[in-house]
Amino acid sequence: MSNLLFSEAEWDFATLDRTLKAIEEIALKDLKLDVYPNQIEVISSEQMLDAYSSLAMPLMYNHWSFGKLFAREEAMYRAGYSALAYEIVINSSPCISYLLEENTMTMQALVMAHAAFGHNHFFKNNYLFRQWTNAEGILDYLAFAKKYVAACEEKYGRDEVEAVLDSAHALMDQGVFRYRRPPRPSRERTLEKLRARAQYEEESYNELWRTLPAGIEPPATAPTIDTEDDYTGDMKLPEENILYFLEKHSPSLKAWQRETLRIVRNLAQYFYPQKQTKVMNEGCASFVHHAIMNLLYDRGMINEGSLLEFMHSHTSVVFQPEFDDRRYYGINPYALGFGMMTDIKRIAMEPTAEDREWFPAFAGNGDWVGVLKDAWANYRDESFIEQFLSPKLMRDFRFFSLFDKSDESTYKVSAIHDETGYRRVRQLLARQYDVSLNEPNIQVKSADLKGNRRLILEHKMHRGVPLDGKTRELVLAHVERLWGHDVGLSEIDAD
Amino acid sequence: MTHFIDRRLNPKGKSLGNRQRFLRRARTQIREAVQKSLKDTSVADIEKDRKIRISTKGTKEPRFRLDPKAGGEHDFVLPGNKQFTPGDEIKKPPSGDGGRGKEAADFAEGDDEFEFTMTQEEVLDIFFEDLELPNLVRTTLKDTPNKVWKRAGITTAGSPTQINLIRTMRNAQGRRLALHRPKLKDVEALQAELDALEQEPEINREKIAALKEQIARLTSKRKWVGFIDPVDVRFNSYTEQPVPTSQAVMFCLMDVSGSMGEREKDLAKRFYMLLHLFLKRRYKRVDIVFIRHTHDAQEVDEQEFFYSRQSGGTIVSTALDKMLEIQKERYATADWNIYAAQASDGYTQSGDARRCVEMLNNDIMPLCQYYAYIEILDEREMEVFASEESGAELWRAYRTVADGWPNFATKRISKPADIFPVFRELFKKAETA
Repeated sequence: MSNLLFSEAEWDFATLDRTLKAIEEIALKDLKLDVYPNQIEVISSEQMLDAYSSLAMPLMYNHWSFGKLFAREEAMYRAGYSALAYEIVINSSPCISYLLEENTMTMQALVMAHAAFGHNHFFKNNYLFRQWTNAEGILDYLAFAKKYVAACEEKYGRDEVEAVLDSAHALMDQGVFRYRRPPRPSRERTLEKLRARAQYEEESYNELWRTLPAGIEPPATAPTIDTEDDYTGDMKLPEENILYFLEKHSPSLKAWQRETLRIVRNLAQYFYPQKQTKVMNEGCASFVHHAIMNLLYDRGMINEGSLLEFMHSHTSVVFQPEFDDRRYYGINPYALGFGMMTDIKRIAMEPTAEDREWFPAFAGNGDWVGVLKDAWANYRDESFIEQFLSPKLMRDFRFFSLFDKSDESTYKVSAIHDETGYRRVRQLLARQYDVSLNEPNIQVKSADLKGNRRLILEHKMHRGVPLDGKTRELVLAHVERLWGHDVGLSEIDAD
Repeated sequence: MTHFIDRRLNPKGKSLGNRQRFLRRARTQIREAVQKSLKDTSVADIEKDRKIRISTKGTKEPRFRLDPKAGGEHDFVLPGNKQFTPGDEIKKPPSGDGGRGKEAADFAEGDDEFEFTMTQEEVLDIFFEDLELPNLVRTTLKDTPNKVWKRAGITTAGSPTQINLIRTMRNAQGRRLALHRPKLKDVEALQAELDALEQEPEINREKIAALKEQIARLTSKRKWVGFIDPVDVRFNSYTEQPVPTSQAVMFCLMDVSGSMGEREKDLAKRFYMLLHLFLKRRYKRVDIVFIRHTHDAQEVDEQEFFYSRQSGGTIVSTALDKMLEIQKERYATADWNIYAAQASDGYTQSGDARRCVEMLNNDIMPLCQYYAYIEILDEREMEVFASEESGAELWRAYRTVADGWPNFATKRISKPADIFPVFRELFKKAETA
């Protein structure tokens, strides 16, 4: 009897279900993955574009920038410049994966293996996601955010809300806690706070205040019902999270504006782990789908045609153009991640003498599943590369590093994939994925609340690289809008 | 534990709100781009979606970012080494273009311009933004829409007057066939046979009894399989439907005599199309009547109107006659808003202009919402007749009409680019008119 799950390109829900069960069995038994419950949704291409343009979230508050993104994506898609992603997956519990209706059955199987098990496992187990995001609460929180922003638009006008969101978005990269664990948002608590605020406003409403010039609010602020992260009077400086600082200490913001900043800040924090694990996340998903599809074929559950179709799509996803290729747009995270994880499996199973020397801890131990699961759980891109990038892979990618000094007219080749260069190349590549080094390190230095209310920001330059002048002024204008008074930014050498 | 959800039927356009916000945000840039793009392309294409290229001014989303070109030093790793060894020096690509593709591409905001597609609706909304239909005297634009009863299929219930005989009989026949209802003819034949047999009852006693029984059976079956049964009956159904309360008819009048060449006709066509589009946006239903004339006038279809040519003199008033005739016949002022647009090269038989003015003043203008007269000149003539005062006979005559009727407009055009300004001027906002 044939074991084939499907033999046609067309799919239907019964086939999807059957295939998912087969994939699940392999994922849980052979790869020993640990996943959130899956929720799989079939959507049309237009809905996929919709999802793209709202930061790939199923719910999002309204803002023109998402409309701009949509218009741009749509034009690119219609003109044939870019294909749609085959899938989108959301770090939530249940883990929601979107399948595009145009996919063939083989592609649906690939996507389910990739998203519903690969990404899903990574979301559930990686320490960054575990510590910094709240998969159970995110959809509720987004629902709250959407409602809140809409209510503000109604109450205070679209322009007002748009202005605050514009400014907040400009600071999104500076709206995360990098080292300190942020207070976890919960919808109930937020609503509770809102209710208290509204109630307070009602109780303390005084006809007198209406006669004040615009912009001056009643002197007392709402009562603080939880003190853990509310304004306590003293600023802790320096503060790396500028949005947080403005939310708590800006002298000119109204309550709803603070709440809006908080929403943007929470979103930024939610996406922060994804920024730090691009290579690992995509690598994990690609490795998992590759393993699952091959096992399906080995067990006679998909036919040669499907396997070939899968291989075609897989190879184009993990393709790495060379630096002088016109197609080169940086290092492909799929290629690097998949390459490294396949390499780890090889080292665990059939190590060379070189591997034994470089990776004594697990070379030849035969437990590649264990090694990978440990890596997926406990590393981020930077540390993962630092630990696991092997000389063989550096040779395969033909990595080399360049040293660039702005006032010199040439780049200098500092190391290549040879005996003397492996460690240096690996270290430099790892640093390239260190988000804290590649984003400007800007902190709130001081704020003169008693005097002229001037806010001083400080950019600690890493190796003398300054901010881009044009965007610097534009973003500072946004900071000024939120702060309400003069803002200065100084750039100093950190090292 | 796994759920599959089919979201394909969910409402689309989830990001419509965002799109509107974006269009509003980039309003100024988009407006410029739309106007420019409309000017460059033919009016016939106005009904299509179009690509708009706007500058990102006003929709910038700045973020702090590092600029390694401006100072300091950094390292980066690239794949695909072929010939380099440590210590080699590589010339930097000239600043500006060559730097792209390196890590700058990862977080660059993109070009200063970007392109996207706007739907026809969105383009037209911008185009018509500050136009308003002139003198919108609503002859039929009532607040409460009229309703009429319209046929809406067949139902099984209704009043006897609405019975649908054909359907009812057809159903009855089908049912009779299906249930083998004995025909009256057969029963009568048996009865005749019985009558014949009863002449000699003694001999045929048994046959008579059998026949009688058969007849009784058939008769009773005819009774319970009725000729018409309540289940057969069907009624016509009617529902109330609102009639379009606002409808307009647009009369296109054009001189097609030899003096009107392709160029003139093309210009006229563009004007008519635009007017049509405009009316279509304001009225639920727009009819177009094409009237062409030389020394006499005919109603023709669009193809004939624009592409066929006739020889003959030029008598404009014949077209006006024709228009009045058609209007009386088909477009009562009570139900229709009447618009007229006339295109001509300005020549008519001498003396005819006076007749035209009389007709316009006495008969036509009282009926019309708006009457536009477009005189198509070549560019040389345009310079000669730079002043509104000078012009051919028809022009001067029409100027007198324009003085008396605010909803009568005359304009001269000589090239496609003239059309849009004219159009805007013709339909200036009500308050400035």
